[in-house]
Amino acid sequence: MAAMVVAALRRGRGSCSSRVFAQSFRRFASTLVVAEHEGGQVKPSSLSALAAAEAVSKENKVSVLLGGSGPALHKAAEHAASSHPLVSEVLVADSDSFAHPLAEPWADLLRSVQQKGGYSHVIASSTSFGKNLLPRAAALLDVSPVTDVTAITEERVFVRPIYAGNALCTVRYTGVDPCMMSIRSTSFSPTTTEAMSETKVAPITQVDLSFLSEGSLGKSTWVSLTSQDTERPDLANARVVVTGGRGLKSAENFKLLEQLAEKLGAAVGATRAAVDAGFVPNDLQVGQTGKIVAPELYMAFGVSGAIQHLAGMRDSKVIVAVNKDADAPIFQVADYGLVADLFEVLEELLKKIPDKK
Amino acid sequence: MKILVAVKRVVDYAVKVRVKPDRTGVETTNVKMSMNPFCEIAVEEALRLREAGAAAEVIAATIGPAQSADTLRTALAMGADRAVHVLHEPDPVRPLLPLAVAKILRAVALQEKPGLVILGKQAIDDDCNQTGQMLAGLLQWPQGTFASKVLLDKEKQKATVEREVDGGLETICLDLPAVITTDLRLNQPRYATLPNIMKAKSKVIKKVTPEDLNVDIRSDMEVIEVTEPPKRKAGVILSSVDELLDKLKNEARVL
Repeated sequence: MAAMVVAALRRGRGSCSSRVFAQSFRRFASTLVVAEHEGGQVKPSSLSALAAAEAVSKENKVSVLLGGSGPALHKAAEHAASSHPLVSEVLVADSDSFAHPLAEPWADLLRSVQQKGGYSHVIASSTSFGKNLLPRAAALLDVSPVTDVTAITEERVFVRPIYAGNALCTVRYTGVDPCMMSIRSTSFSPTTTEAMSETKVAPITQVDLSFLSEGSLGKSTWVSLTSQDTERPDLANARVVVTGGRGLKSAENFKLLEQLAEKLGAAVGATRAAVDAGFVPNDLQVGQTGKIVAPELYMAFGVSGAIQHLAGMRDSKVIVAVNKDADAPIFQVADYGLVADLFEVLEELLKKIPDKK
Repeated sequence: MKILVAVKRVVDYAVKVRVKPDRTGVETTNVKMSMNPFCEIAVEEALRLREAGAAAEVIAATIGPAQSADTLRTALAMGADRAVHVLHEPDPVRPLLPLAVAKILRAVALQEKPGLVILGKQAIDDDCNQTGQMLAGLLQWPQGTFASKVLLDKEKQKATVEREVDGGLETICLDLPAVITTDLRLNQPRYATLPNIMKAKSKVIKKVTPEDLNVDIRSDMEVIEVTEPPKRKAGVILSSVDELLDKLKNEARVL
């Protein structure tokens, strides 16, 4: 309780503290995290959303919402139940309607769960699932969501990048509950399992799905998903990312990059130019309109460094650029630059870096 | 069938934006403005659907100050048939939010009764990626976001949409009317030719206000400040691969 009072005083910045007091008592944070799962596990991006819930308030009562069907869902629910000390409940929506990420049933689900639970915050990760679903659900609840939050400074004050990351905008949400946001997962590191009390397992509850009989069900149907099967780590969460641009010249040459990625245990990324030229599939695109990555090491080969590309990787810890053109803008953000022919550099790196494992 | 396309006037994508010294926003005076690139793709897709016989009319709509009419003229010059301009003067502290835009577009859609609304997946200024989804929610229409391919079946009143999702490409089927938002790879927008630019001058732009449409544009978000992102410390240009490997191992310790 003492912590709450202190937090309230801090928020009030001194003056008109009685009003702030009243607000803070009314608004004991309770958060609904909309989680994604795969192979019986909560996805790392959703674990980042849990870390964001903790950033909203240390005394946050967090409910995790999972949807889908079959044993993988229930396994993921068990994972969610012990995934973060703040998780107080796992809500499971078990229906074929949620087997695929269709926005229409999911938004209805989210609205229904919010109306029952009266959460102060709703958080999802800025994945293609989160970006598709959250705004629709927000419109149904008549609230404005905040996209791609990178920092939470107060319960309702957030920082988010605008203009392809060339400016940071701090906004205060002044509307009614719930305050809805999608978070940039690279900005919130999930709690490690060691840091958690192992005994705490939250109860798992089935969501009442009676709302599904009406509404927008059936207006959309899922047909198929063509996914790129790759053995390499997921681009958004990889520790090392090697990226190729137009300078790689062909899909064939991207194989060199893949070999390097293999040696480094890295994910492969690409610029829009490389995707448009057909060198690699579009889901490898890094940038304002593709994936946002923030690995420990980002190596750019034949990437000029357009504003839109930098938007997707400028928060990487160490950036290496290899480009023939000494004036390429990528060198302005690179920690280490090599002005050289990328093919020669790649060949040399492949020779000199020992195989992993 | 009519197609409604929403377009937005934004700072040109190639401009390096500057944050105002008073931290209230980004400098937009004397800065080149253009149609949001994703909106161009939306206009192009609507025109292609019309040219393929799937639609009879393409209506462009925008919400913004008087200058936004230029953006509508661009859409008309590309080939849109007519336009609706919802006049709104921007307020830097309480910018027009996607929810308000979605409510205005909903009102326009209820008047025009399109079979399809196409929007860009996001505006490159606020980077919100919300309006299309919100509009679909408000209309209770199905949504096909981040579309890289759109096929219309006029007889069955269905749209098949291929979407760019995190793991690859997803295909979904939507009942019309529906809302679609465009991804970069949907198409290559055409350039407006001079004769078409001239022709566009005589096309109709209907002017309305949010009040005319009975839309309350309250805002539940307040911009506290806009700042520059932290600068990265200057890097070094190395002379050899050996030096690079050495730095990565011993200085940055990432290998």
